[in-house]
Amino acid sequence: MLAQPAGGGGDSGGQLTSWQKFIELMQRLKVREFLQKYTMIIALVAVVIAFGIMSDWKILSNKEITNLIGENAYVFVLAAGMLLCILTGGNIDLSVGSVVCFTGGIGCIMMSAGINMWWAVLVMLLTGLAIGVFQGFWIAKIRVPAFIATLAGMYAFRGIASAILGGQRGNADFADFLQFFGVTKTSYIPDFMKNLLPNVEAAMLNKDGFWVALLPGTNFNGVKNFNVTCMCIGIVVALIFVALKVRKILVQKKMNISQSIPAQVASTVLISLLILWVCLDMSFYRGFPMALVWVSLVLGIYAYVTNKTAIGRHLYAVGGNEKATALSGVKTRNVYWFAYANIGLLAGLAGILAAGYNKGIDPANAGDGYEMDAIAACFIGGASAYGGIGKVSGMIIGATLMGIINKGMNLISTPQNYQKVVKGLVLLVAVLFDVLSKRQKR
Amino acid sequence: MAKILLEMKNITKTFPGVKALDNVNLQVEEGEIHALVGENGAGKSTLMNVLSGIYPFGTYEGDIIYDGKVCRFSNIKDSEKLGIVIIHQELALVPEMTIGENMYLGNECGHSLAINWNKTYAEADKYLRMVGLKESSKVQIKNIGTGKQQLVEIAKALAKKARLLILDEPTSSLNEEDSRALLDLMLSFKKQGMTMIIISHKLNEVSYVADKITVVRDGATIETIDNHGKEPVSEERIIRGMVGREITNRFPKRENVKIGDVRLEVNHWTVHHPLYTERKVVDDVSMYVRQGEVVGIYGLMGAGRTELAMSIFGRSYGVNFSGELKLDGKHVHLRKSASDAIKHKIAYVTEDRKGNGLVLSQSIKVNTSLANLEAISSHSVIDGDKEYAAAEEYRGKLKIKTPSVEQLVGNLSGGNQQKVLLAKWMFAEPDILLLDEPTRGIDVGAKYEIYCIINDLAAAGKCVVLISSELPEVLGMSDRIYIMNEAKIIGEMKAAEATQESIMTAILRSGRGA
Repeated sequence: MLAQPAGGGGDSGGQLTSWQKFIELMQRLKVREFLQKYTMIIALVAVVIAFGIMSDWKILSNKEITNLIGENAYVFVLAAGMLLCILTGGNIDLSVGSVVCFTGGIGCIMMSAGINMWWAVLVMLLTGLAIGVFQGFWIAKIRVPAFIATLAGMYAFRGIASAILGGQRGNADFADFLQFFGVTKTSYIPDFMKNLLPNVEAAMLNKDGFWVALLPGTNFNGVKNFNVTCMCIGIVVALIFVALKVRKILVQKKMNISQSIPAQVASTVLISLLILWVCLDMSFYRGFPMALVWVSLVLGIYAYVTNKTAIGRHLYAVGGNEKATALSGVKTRNVYWFAYANIGLLAGLAGILAAGYNKGIDPANAGDGYEMDAIAACFIGGASAYGGIGKVSGMIIGATLMGIINKGMNLISTPQNYQKVVKGLVLLVAVLFDVLSKRQKR
Repeated sequence: MAKILLEMKNITKTFPGVKALDNVNLQVEEGEIHALVGENGAGKSTLMNVLSGIYPFGTYEGDIIYDGKVCRFSNIKDSEKLGIVIIHQELALVPEMTIGENMYLGNECGHSLAINWNKTYAEADKYLRMVGLKESSKVQIKNIGTGKQQLVEIAKALAKKARLLILDEPTSSLNEEDSRALLDLMLSFKKQGMTMIIISHKLNEVSYVADKITVVRDGATIETIDNHGKEPVSEERIIRGMVGREITNRFPKRENVKIGDVRLEVNHWTVHHPLYTERKVVDDVSMYVRQGEVVGIYGLMGAGRTELAMSIFGRSYGVNFSGELKLDGKHVHLRKSASDAIKHKIAYVTEDRKGNGLVLSQSIKVNTSLANLEAISSHSVIDGDKEYAAAEEYRGKLKIKTPSVEQLVGNLSGGNQQKVLLAKWMFAEPDILLLDEPTRGIDVGAKYEIYCIINDLAAAGKCVVLISSELPEVLGMSDRIYIMNEAKIIGEMKAAEATQESIMTAILRSGRGA
């Protein structure tokens, strides 16, 4: 029987049965569970394909992928910190944008005064941490609402930054600093593998290779070198990832933990292929960007902290039920303090990256709006506005989705004003979907 | 014979897994004061919530016939329109607002976009005088005492043109004097023709004020006693109805009863309320628990049992503590933190598993390990495999019915949630377990399983304190029973010698003496 079009003249009984049949089929294939679980990934893929078609696949080209990472490094770093604050009960930190400006400004002053860049980096991190500890004190111990304490910080630290820089732009255009924290030609891992594996580059530059077909959007006429180190890093990371997953599956099997092995194998294969593909793409450009080194480090550490450590567990528990957690012997106030001290530290790192990206810090607008990008990435990535729910992996997808949308709209030259409208709508729709899918469950 | 104002016919209300009301029938005549009595959880409040539309039509079975018509309320507004007004045990007033604002909250005078404040305050004052309050209606609620707040609630009900007024434990937070004034006010309303339903635990008040007394037990109306005789109905007569028949075999037999030395002892333990610091919530309590012993603490709601247990558990409740806490005969000073109590091998299993016990958004596994993460981690890094194994072990031990320990606790039934809560505290490996209402709101089968767990714990040499407001449970499970009332321990009995009547009588005597 054919499904009748909705609103057609057929009797409602017939419509109902074909509709019911459709629903039944959907239920059998577990389409709804699948959609619910992987909404954001599906949205991400759809957005990539849409912008790919509109931009002639430029969005996936070696250059744009590399740029995407450099432009959004601060979002990933700050969102990792923001996620921990949100986990404690939907608390946010509004001050991070200003703290980025302040710590970056301190770094600029130190480096301009001729101090070794590594001292400057250390001071920037410690300043961020100190600010986090300071704000965390008010929030955790005195119980000033986080929203207000960090709003105060948002005003104050931008003011201090402007004062210490004398209202002038701070300069961070120093070759050694940019090499590690910038996005210039030199800000990549040096290709030391090229001499160890001398034939690889030549082989890869052969334009008849199958990989050329894998990289839509990349203009191979302009490609003159292949970064062997970048590709090797990709292969090593993918292998480590597969090894960890295999170990996990085997342990689960040994302990008789119910699991869906095909789903785990599929996700493992897809993620390792993605890692390989991104590294292959970047290898045809300038190689493995330093920004990605810092981002990967931060994401790896925080995925571990939230998943595997006691403090991570406490963050989820406090957000899920603070009273029960306190009665379980957890010092809940210290959990808040940890979350805010931690985001201060990460704001310090983001300050370093912002100074590197812009080759300096302008106190008028450096870090402006960073806090909102980080918050949006967490919520799009499925964190609960009430706390207790949210994962680093979700946040990564949220931040990537936002980054891709920004990038894509720039590539198809959407006016700036409308870009903001689209970002707002994406946030609303993402959270709306989350709220609705939860309501259906109840 | 006066006209029947309200008739509730064959009301049945089921919650997931529990039948809260089972074919309840209730008749209230116009102009009478009708009392509902029964133990906690017998179904009195549920019945009143059905009547007032909090549980809307369609969520229960049976008929409500009010003033000759069958009613189908879909919310409180519907029932209030007909003059059925309920005053809840917990006062529903906003402290920062004035009396007048509170009285007309949601029922504002004038247009909803242009409130007529003059009329609001004039009307409010009029009703305040009717309940005997001299305060201006412009006084903020936080500035008047609890007794007067209760009267404001009644004035608020009058302002809604109440014809049938339902009072749920109206005197539970009042002192003797205020209570008496309130009851006299009810009697004067009755003279003016108002119909009232009162829910109360205080049987002396019930027999003083009520015309008829309906006894509710286990979700069913047992009997209605007429209180029109020359002598008021005796409290013993009401208690007989409340307690009812003996139920056999509800409790598993204790085996291997080996009672050892005193492990936990408190002497002259006094705790004050955290907000009203002059009020004592635990008053000069002395008690002890021996190894392998199950000690019951019985008392009505608000007697101070939870406060006692939580104050022993690292002073998790209250302020201005005094008295002595001894563990194994040695004086111990616990710092004000739950973690210190856990270190001293004390566990408190809360009565409020959703509010204070479990993280509903997390899995069984995460909840089980929460109070003892050290046991499954090294250098504060959690060993996921160890954690899983531990959660599995307790799932098996406590027969938690779930497809996997990765299941979210929020998706479990009440009985299984309670088992997860017990698993969490058993995993913390305490020597002393303070169990606060461990079987509240769960079905009979799960109760039996939890009783078995309690017996196993005692047999393993743990000290168990069982706090309960279910008399049969305390009698059936304990070796020794303390009776609490109004923050004090008013009696201690060996379970073998105690009866339901003797315990209830002890409580009533102390209440009257105070």
